[in-house]
Amino acid sequence: MIKLEGLCRDFQVGDQVVHALDHLDLVIRQREYVSIMGPSGSGKSTLLNILGLLDSPSAGNYWLDDISTASMQDDELASVRQKKIGFVFQSFHLVPRMNAVENIELPMVLAGLLPADRRDKVAAALERVGLTNRADHRPDQLSGGERQRVAIARAIVMQPMILLADEPTGNLDRQSGEEIVDLMENLNNQGLTLIVVTHDPAIGNRAQRKVRIEDGRIKIDIQ
Amino acid sequence: MRFFDCNRIAFGAVIRYPLRTGMMLLATSIGVGAVLMLTALGESARGYVGQAFQTLGTNIVIVMPGRTETAGTAPGAMVGTTERDLTLDDARALLRSPAIRYIAPVIVGSATVSQGNLERETTILGSTTDFATIRQWTMAQGEFLPNVDLDRASPVCVIGNVIRTELFGDEPPIGKWLRIGTRRCRVTGVLADQGTSIMIDVNEVVIVPVGYTQMLFDVSGLFRIIAQATDRESMDRARLDIIRIIKTRHYGEEDITVITQDAVLQTFDGIFDTLTRALAGIAAISLIVAGVLIMNVMLVAVSQRTREVGLLKALGATHRQIVALFLTEAAFLAVLGGITGLGFSYLVIIGVRGLYPEYIFMPPAWAAVGAFTVALVCGIFFGIWPARKAAAIDPIMALAGRQA
Repeated sequence: MIKLEGLCRDFQVGDQVVHALDHLDLVIRQREYVSIMGPSGSGKSTLLNILGLLDSPSAGNYWLDDISTASMQDDELASVRQKKIGFVFQSFHLVPRMNAVENIELPMVLAGLLPADRRDKVAAALERVGLTNRADHRPDQLSGGERQRVAIARAIVMQPMILLADEPTGNLDRQSGEEIVDLMENLNNQGLTLIVVTHDPAIGNRAQRKVRIEDGRIKIDIQ
Repeated sequence: MRFFDCNRIAFGAVIRYPLRTGMMLLATSIGVGAVLMLTALGESARGYVGQAFQTLGTNIVIVMPGRTETAGTAPGAMVGTTERDLTLDDARALLRSPAIRYIAPVIVGSATVSQGNLERETTILGSTTDFATIRQWTMAQGEFLPNVDLDRASPVCVIGNVIRTELFGDEPPIGKWLRIGTRRCRVTGVLADQGTSIMIDVNEVVIVPVGYTQMLFDVSGLFRIIAQATDRESMDRARLDIIRIIKTRHYGEEDITVITQDAVLQTFDGIFDTLTRALAGIAAISLIVAGVLIMNVMLVAVSQRTREVGLLKALGATHRQIVALFLTEAAFLAVLGGITGLGFSYLVIIGVRGLYPEYIFMPPAWAAVGAFTVALVCGIFFGIWPARKAAAIDPIMALAGRQA
């Protein structure tokens, strides 16, 4: 489903060119559970941004569902992000002035769904993350774990194929972190492709497939 | 994104930051208020002048001796026409026109008036009984000038209120002798206060028959002839008749100037219209200032909400959607500011009208509509740049919590 071929991403830092990704090849199949680990500066975040279509490679190819993303324009990229990819971030990125329901329905609002069509989907997403009783709470009224659950509900409400999680437990205590990982693994069991970027081995080692990146290349890939 | 949702999200941001929104509303409403107040003042001045002109009477045509234009062909050339006096016979002849109802010949001069050992200098106005009819004057006591032949110099006079108190004090003036210059005449009436009046201060005038003024000042030519047309439609006819009659009597020489009340009013109207519009334009500058302020505030809002924009992009928001959200927010601020401005302005206007009911203090409808429109257009126009800036935010930087 995801196929990366000779992927490069260069950054200009001062008068020096940094190769964040250096001819990286990777294939991820549907329903896989992949963790991407590596030291900071290894290029794992850059890889995640490219997988999430927030960034584009300097060279190489990225096929998503057998479609090359290289030729896509801004609006097309936005539309693919909307339909196929869900993001979970370390710092949750909920809109503070909106309650849980409003945050969760944001992707559907942007997609132009009518309020009547959104209601059931939001309820189902809340159900899946176990926050039905927190529906009208604003982020500042929720605990860290609950915020990340809202973020996950928001990520899955459009029923994407891939969930990209960038240090999803980084801002959480161990117990909430585990709950969040349990939740995401549960979603993976139901068919969602799960890609987790982390430098926490306790989290990373839970994945069926563990990819280790160093200096922009894949060092270890354990199935 | 649906239109409704776009508005809902933008409005959510508007009420989420009350201090910012409050300041924007203040700036925009001051702009709108300035436009309304200044145009209301302009309109009020126009109304005041219009009202003052109404005190002249209605459908008035004024005839003055001499042409106001010169026939000079080169610098220093002689004035083209020899001036011929307007006479009482000229005035009388004007009544031949069916378009003219009343005429009142006027001679104005200045003289010392005295009673007992009290005396003062004042304006002497010579006219006829119809003068009071034309100007719709009312009497406080007694009667106006008698209806006698134009050139009869009856020794009677009518005095203004101030003259009465200054020269007669508490004594009843009717029937008393008043000395004017070296002559004297009997007081037949006292004018009531006529309120605002132009050309003459009604309270400080002594009015005598026009024939008496000719004798008093030893003149024969008239200062003015005031004519009243039968109705509004015949004013033009009256003007043409006057020119024709006088021209015939003056051996084909058109040596008079005829002014209609309408023409003067129109001139003033034009001046005040321009003035009001100029004031509105000056006030509109404050709306542009408000627009610049909206731009500043929106720029701050954009940098404050960098993360939010990054998130929206990650969730699949397009460039256009981000622009739409921020533009809608700017438009909301402008519309709310405009409504607040209109609301407060009309409150102030109602207040002022309550305090000074005699003045017409009301902004014209175009000023209200215009101010609101300019506020909205400014808000949106100055919202474009911040909105585009928001749309250009790099989502990776924004989501990483760094400023792009």
